[in-house]
Amino acid sequence: MRIALAKTLAEIADRDPRVMLITADLGYMALEAFSEKHPRRFFNVGVAEQNMVGLATGLAEAGFIPFLYSIVTFASMRAYEFLRNGPVLQHLPVRLVGVGGGFEYGSAGPTHFGLEDIAIMRAQPGLRVIAPADHEQTRTAVLKTWNLPGPIYYRLGKDDRSTIPGLKGRFDMDRVVTVREGKDLLFVTTGSVTQEVVAAAERLAPQGVSAAVVVVSTLNPPPVAALLETLAPFARVLTVEAHYLTGGLGSMVAEIIADHGLRCRTVRIGVDAQPNALSGSQGYHHRLHGLDREGIAAAAMNQLART
Amino acid sequence: MSDATSNLGGKELVPCLECFGRQPPAQSARYNGTDGTPVQALRAPRPTEPGTIARGIRRIILEQSKRAGVGHIGSALSIADLVAVLYGGILQANGRDDPERDRFILAKGHAALALYAALALRGWIPDEMLDTYCGDGSLLGVHPEPALPGIDFATGSLGHGLSIGAGAALAARLTDSPRRVYVLMSDAECNEGSVWEAVMFGAHHKLANLIAIVDLNGQQALGYTRDVLSLAPMAQRWHAFGWDVHEVDGHNREDLDRTLAGLSPSGAPHVLIARTVFGHGVSFMENQIKWHYSPMSDAEFEIAMAEVGELE
Repeated sequence: MRIALAKTLAEIADRDPRVMLITADLGYMALEAFSEKHPRRFFNVGVAEQNMVGLATGLAEAGFIPFLYSIVTFASMRAYEFLRNGPVLQHLPVRLVGVGGGFEYGSAGPTHFGLEDIAIMRAQPGLRVIAPADHEQTRTAVLKTWNLPGPIYYRLGKDDRSTIPGLKGRFDMDRVVTVREGKDLLFVTTGSVTQEVVAAAERLAPQGVSAAVVVVSTLNPPPVAALLETLAPFARVLTVEAHYLTGGLGSMVAEIIADHGLRCRTVRIGVDAQPNALSGSQGYHHRLHGLDREGIAAAAMNQLART
Repeated sequence: MSDATSNLGGKELVPCLECFGRQPPAQSARYNGTDGTPVQALRAPRPTEPGTIARGIRRIILEQSKRAGVGHIGSALSIADLVAVLYGGILQANGRDDPERDRFILAKGHAALALYAALALRGWIPDEMLDTYCGDGSLLGVHPEPALPGIDFATGSLGHGLSIGAGAALAARLTDSPRRVYVLMSDAECNEGSVWEAVMFGAHHKLANLIAIVDLNGQQALGYTRDVLSLAPMAQRWHAFGWDVHEVDGHNREDLDRTLAGLSPSGAPHVLIARTVFGHGVSFMENQIKWHYSPMSDAEFEIAMAEVGELE
């Protein structure tokens, strides 16, 4: 998704001189598509995320559209207050890009896990939160949102090769995308972990369970109407996210269900405790937290058995 | 601190948005008057001489702090001369909405009353609006809010302003604009690591259109800077980071004006290390931490106003 971002931005920058890409010293073998084509509008500010967000505030007030790049944890948390008191408070078109949601930097250890960014970002009114599920959807999401007024947080994955079956790069701010039809239960998911959710749904089919999968790529403002329409036919809903259970996609869906009095039995699948101190691949951490395809399918069977 | 609305000195609180005869702006919308927002007839003549502006700023600081029953008086008095010099001729702007205007960022946002006074004296906000300071529904809070005409950025969180200023200066360079960016900082603000991130960026990119002014009054919220977290030697620190450093008397308006007007448009970014006196202009407030917090009694107000003098 990083390369998709850089390529798409380079194309936009060809025709719009306001677009800039600024990194806090990350993005090796990822941002070159932009930096080589638009060197005057590419800045590496060094390992200094607070300054990066402050700079972008001054640039955006003067008419630029700066995209800021870092790993999810640094992008979302180190400069959070600068984001709040700058682009959010002043409704400026700063785009903060965090790469590596969830356990994508699994072997890098807990300092690099992105497990609370959705929660803290969607707490800010007027800050759009966008989490594409694959590189094709990243491209569409950037093309459809880069020049919107106000600030945006993009939560990207690292994978620039695989695609989500059935997604076909579709994205709209107010919509959700159903990538698999089903009638017994509905999986609601976001981001790269969608890959595991679709695989889990496929595993359930031979067991006689028809599971639908809907991808939610805009987490603020929540796509309420689209979700209500999607949730309404289902008595059982499982939300799946590579994120803490507090404040993320599952919380958002539960809020909508509660606010509108839907009768969905909802189970939230995500990270429910601080990760252990062990490092390992994304797959290892997904298995530990029940976010792998087997774990997700098992959670679905459990829920079906309870009713 | 006393309730700001309970001590209005008998004056009726004017909701400042009504000064402009329009509804409050939508959330987060910029309220810059570009839609023809009328500014009320200005009291003529407007002072243009920095000494007169400085006295005007001090009088407004005292009057409005007294009326609203709030503190931060010493911090505002500390920068009265710096703000007077900037608004008396240094800041280039063809009106408050001119996109090519020099930008001014009051990084030490808690001294905003000095800035509001300058905006009123310059005619960018109506005088009546000052009477809403710290009132309910006012755009004039203790810290500056960009919905207020003449304010470019929300400040008040120390350590934030210089990085915004560096971005504003970079924007000017990228568009080949001659505009400059002035960032007025507190000395204790330099405790924040983020300040030094921006200092390094400015030096690396030779942002000569970026001018930082450090209000070196030696006072911070819980004591003297030398006791809390030493900043000495301030000038050498900035110099070591690659800035063009000027040590100045922050109350010598002629010297400040000459220094600011003479800064090179190329080379390193500039910093004025401005030695100031916290509470300057009111003898019993000078270097007294009490005036970071306390409002004035009636007797103190009378003495302070007499010391500052009439506006001529």
